[in-house]
Amino acid sequence: MNTIEALRQENLKPEITPFAIGDTVQVDVRIVEGGKERIQAFTGTVIARTGSGIAETVTLRRISHGQGVERIIPIHSPRIAGFKRIREGSVRRAKLYYLRGEVGNAARVKEKRLH
Amino acid sequence: MKKGLIGKKLGMTHIYTETGVMVPVTAIEVGPCPVIALKTQAKDGYCAVQLGFGVRKAKNVSKAVLGNLAPAGLQATPPAIIREVRLDADPEYKVGDKLGADLFAANEFVDVTGRTKGRGFAGVVRRWNFGGGRGSHGGAWERRTGSIGMCSAPGKVEKRRKMPGQMGNVNRTVQSLQVMQVRAEQNLLLVKGAIPGPTGGLVMVRSAVKK
Repeated sequence: MNTIEALRQENLKPEITPFAIGDTVQVDVRIVEGGKERIQAFTGTVIARTGSGIAETVTLRRISHGQGVERIIPIHSPRIAGFKRIREGSVRRAKLYYLRGEVGNAARVKEKRLH
Repeated sequence: MKKGLIGKKLGMTHIYTETGVMVPVTAIEVGPCPVIALKTQAKDGYCAVQLGFGVRKAKNVSKAVLGNLAPAGLQATPPAIIREVRLDADPEYKVGDKLGADLFAANEFVDVTGRTKGRGFAGVVRRWNFGGGRGSHGGAWERRTGSIGMCSAPGKVEKRRKMPGQMGNVNRTVQSLQVMQVRAEQNLLLVKGAIPGPTGGLVMVRSAVKK
């Protein structure tokens, strides 16, 4: 393995909770407040996953107080404590940007039903 | 004190700082750079250090150059590249020393010189970001230069007018790049941001002029 590949891989997290597009995921973000560190959770629907290796990010969308909020989370950042898969979604595309234009029930992703 | 090294661009990646901030970095393999000769104010009229980098076959090197390498003991393994780095005082190194990444420290600022990627003969849209014309409605003016000046009043085209021509393949220096990490055992410098040239390109890393 050459040097630059080794550099790209050295800060990768060994294990990432598997989740897919359309899933509802809770991400624990480490926040430093007044010298103290605490963990803040953000729950949202995975609408996009881009990049590879150390640059991989995931876009989470949720409706907060009637307002659409999106957060782009760098998966391998040391500030991200972990992911929790809350609900599996059933979707047919890789990018759910269409959710931005929808309201109410249409803005929801159907839950995956396992038979 | 000024200092400098010869290096090779390895490519770009990201790193995270302790606070979790993602920083884009370029990895540069600097050295080992053997000191071949020293230039002093008294003897040469200027202060510099002559450095080597890489290795090539001795049979491909002229005897004049091999003679120059003799004091450093590099006749069997002549460096592929020999460059001088200007210093602001007489060099403190000795001939035969090997300089590496530990010459620089983290958070220091450096200037990086390299040869940019050649783009060949480029038009004004690519070379100077001209807007160009519209693609439809029957016009023939799409990517052309347009007017290059006035009429008989100046009677000539102003100097440095932006026109088509060779783009890239010139030496460029990017100033004041922060050194994020130094890895002495791999002779690796990680500097913040981009540097000129392709991956594998030769670069000079010098102390920043403006910091």
